[in-house]
Amino acid sequence: MFQPKTKNKSTKPMPDPTNVLSSEELTRYYREMLQIRRFEEKAGQLYGMGLIQGFCHLYIGQEAVVVGMQAAAKRQVDSLITSYRDHGHMLATGMAPRGVMAELTGRKGGYSKGKGGSMHMFSREKKFFGGHGIVAAQVPIGTGLGLAHQYNEDGGVCMTYYGDGAANQGQVYESFNMAALWKLPVVYVIENNNYGMGTSVSRASATHELYARGTGFGIPGVRVDGMDVVAVKAAGEIALNHARNGDGPYILGMQTYRYRGHSMSDPAQYRTREEVSQVRAERDPIDRVRQQIIDGKYASGAEIKIIDDEVKAIIADAAEFAQQSPEPELSELYTDVLVEA
Amino acid sequence: MATPILMPALSPTMTEGTISQWLKNEGDTVVSGDLLAEIETDKATMELEAVEEGILGIIIKPAGSEGIPVNEPIAIMLEHGEEYSPEDGLLTTSQNEISETNQNMSRENLAEKKTDLPPSDDSFSNAGQDNPSSADQIYPTLKSKNTDTAPINEPEYAGPTTTLTVREALCEALAEEMRKDEKVFLIGEEVAEYEGAYKVSQGLLKEFGPKRVIDTPITEHGIAGVSVGAAFGGLKPVVEFMTFNFAMQAMDHLINSAAKTLYMSGGQMGCPMVFRGPNGAAAGVAAQHSQCYASWFAHVPGLKVISPWSSADAKGLLKSAIRDPNPIICLENEILYGQSFELPIDDNFTIPIGKAKIEKIGSDVTIVAYSSMVNCALEAAEFLVEEGIGAEVINLRSLRPLDTECIINSLKKTNRLVSVEEGWPVAGLGAEIAAIAMEKAFDYLDAPVLRVTGADVPMPYARNLETAYLPNAAKVIDAAKSVCYR
Repeated sequence: MFQPKTKNKSTKPMPDPTNVLSSEELTRYYREMLQIRRFEEKAGQLYGMGLIQGFCHLYIGQEAVVVGMQAAAKRQVDSLITSYRDHGHMLATGMAPRGVMAELTGRKGGYSKGKGGSMHMFSREKKFFGGHGIVAAQVPIGTGLGLAHQYNEDGGVCMTYYGDGAANQGQVYESFNMAALWKLPVVYVIENNNYGMGTSVSRASATHELYARGTGFGIPGVRVDGMDVVAVKAAGEIALNHARNGDGPYILGMQTYRYRGHSMSDPAQYRTREEVSQVRAERDPIDRVRQQIIDGKYASGAEIKIIDDEVKAIIADAAEFAQQSPEPELSELYTDVLVEA
Repeated sequence: MATPILMPALSPTMTEGTISQWLKNEGDTVVSGDLLAEIETDKATMELEAVEEGILGIIIKPAGSEGIPVNEPIAIMLEHGEEYSPEDGLLTTSQNEISETNQNMSRENLAEKKTDLPPSDDSFSNAGQDNPSSADQIYPTLKSKNTDTAPINEPEYAGPTTTLTVREALCEALAEEMRKDEKVFLIGEEVAEYEGAYKVSQGLLKEFGPKRVIDTPITEHGIAGVSVGAAFGGLKPVVEFMTFNFAMQAMDHLINSAAKTLYMSGGQMGCPMVFRGPNGAAAGVAAQHSQCYASWFAHVPGLKVISPWSSADAKGLLKSAIRDPNPIICLENEILYGQSFELPIDDNFTIPIGKAKIEKIGSDVTIVAYSSMVNCALEAAEFLVEEGIGAEVINLRSLRPLDTECIINSLKKTNRLVSVEEGWPVAGLGAEIAAIAMEKAFDYLDAPVLRVTGADVPMPYARNLETAYLPNAAKVIDAAKSVCYR
């Protein structure tokens, strides 16, 4: 393992939240993660009702990764880009649940006016650059966003997310080389949920320490418990500072887990129910933060209940909007192919 | 025995060279490997080594001699103790005879003659190309009266003009747009310190520095993706592919990332950038380095595709492309890089994307071509005049969007259509043009549309097979006569 900045050789020790985080911060992470989970559960329901079609990749289980990274990022400055498992990232940047859900249902009110779908949404305003359906294509694009940050001298860093499956694509390493060569401000965030579709990391990757694959390029990489939002935030700050200070790219290997199948049509027979149940019971990122809040007496059960109800209402509203929003006009078929000069 | 030293061909497209300096003097003894002279080619300054030992007897072309055709003697090597006698006849090549033969050449044996004879005659050449190994035999360049043809379907430009090679015109376009907009930058392999594998970016690193003229590793897939990201991030990358053959490694980003994002984002996120580089047949480099990708890119909604022929096309279209907010594929041609044309002296001169140009007016048959095939079409048109057939030659310039109005209007006048392309026939540009003609002007067609294309095989290496593969004037003449039932 290549880990020049820290002597710790395994998962970073969880800092005592009472030393690091205010009650506002912890409850905010709880709310943001819960919103993603409830959103994804609702998306799953709407899919089952035939209101969402095609590919729909749910983020349930991985919420701590993007929420922790956004907590570490400078939101008005840093950009992010990810794969097709992107709903959580959009919500974490502050994109509206209504617009995301309406895109899933293919409606006019969606972020892409119904023309992109689950895998293809963007928000320049929130510095979210997609939403990319080709495995690993977002990695050089994110590296190029880093080039733009450097060129424009805007002090930003691009957080480039990819999964353990994408880690075996050649263009990841072409990107590593250029990012290290030119010291681009990029943090590569590997969301290692242990399965690239139905193939486990141990069956797909010659080495399993995917975060250490920058070694040959001189890029530091660390393993992070991606089920712990506090650990993610702490690691994210180190990585973002490194990139922002002109020291080049940094790799964070988030150990995480998705509870649902790869996409909606995945029967997930490549793993046991017990495996999923065990992760849910022992490592769930939302349960963990809720417990921290209660143990630290940052909020009462009643206050948590208020958050739960608020989130539930936001998602119900989004689902309602996504069903009420009309389908795009047929004339939209031929728009947005080219920018009219 | 006295041996001539000939101006060597130091690159596949070199047709002439300049002696920068002699590194040996007359009377000097040289051994093989000694540096004799520095020669400036169309791309770079190269050193000329002695092949055999002997004495540098006579320097025929002194330092500073410019425009010396390939294979012309530049010096005489003598053996030890030998003296040079002009009676040996070493300096009298048959250039004049060749010129005459070419002038008398009939179009029936044009294709064959071209493989045998250097087209040094100025009806084929504007730069004295007479290198038997040069591809310019396959694409004889045009004498100035053709390249001077004023725009026929465009407002006439009345300002001052200059003569530039296509290579220089591209470089000017890049430099002018980079001066105008600091978000524009050039990125690619060998674009900065080497000044371009084909010397298109000469002087740009010096003027704009390494931030804006970026040398990359050999990593096409990565460069394309990184540049798309830079465009998303608000910059305007111009990506040079050393040739479009290598863009195949990057195809996913060209199609899936660059072309589709605007649509997939509901119009929110465009990708303002240019992918440019030489496309199509080069000379003698065989299947993997010699292919026309025009129809591949023209197929894709979300891209604009341009393919310049002249220097004015090159400069005017590339400038428009850099200013355009969409992803543009600019298909250049290695063999055209060294060809000279007149073009306006005007920093604001641009050519609109999507407009074809009628290069020659005619009323009997329309010949549609692009890039180097415009040479081929114009040459054919000249020979067709002798047959009493007036051919109208359309230089497409843009392949997507295609100027169907220009094609159809011409077809309505001539009632006959021939398309010329280097690419393969199946699902090619010609197939598209034929379909458009049928859909939009069926009642005007007096004959089936004919396509002159590259052969439906990978590009062969052997010179005779390569010649047979490619369209040439004789094939275009045959097709034109055929649609005229002659």
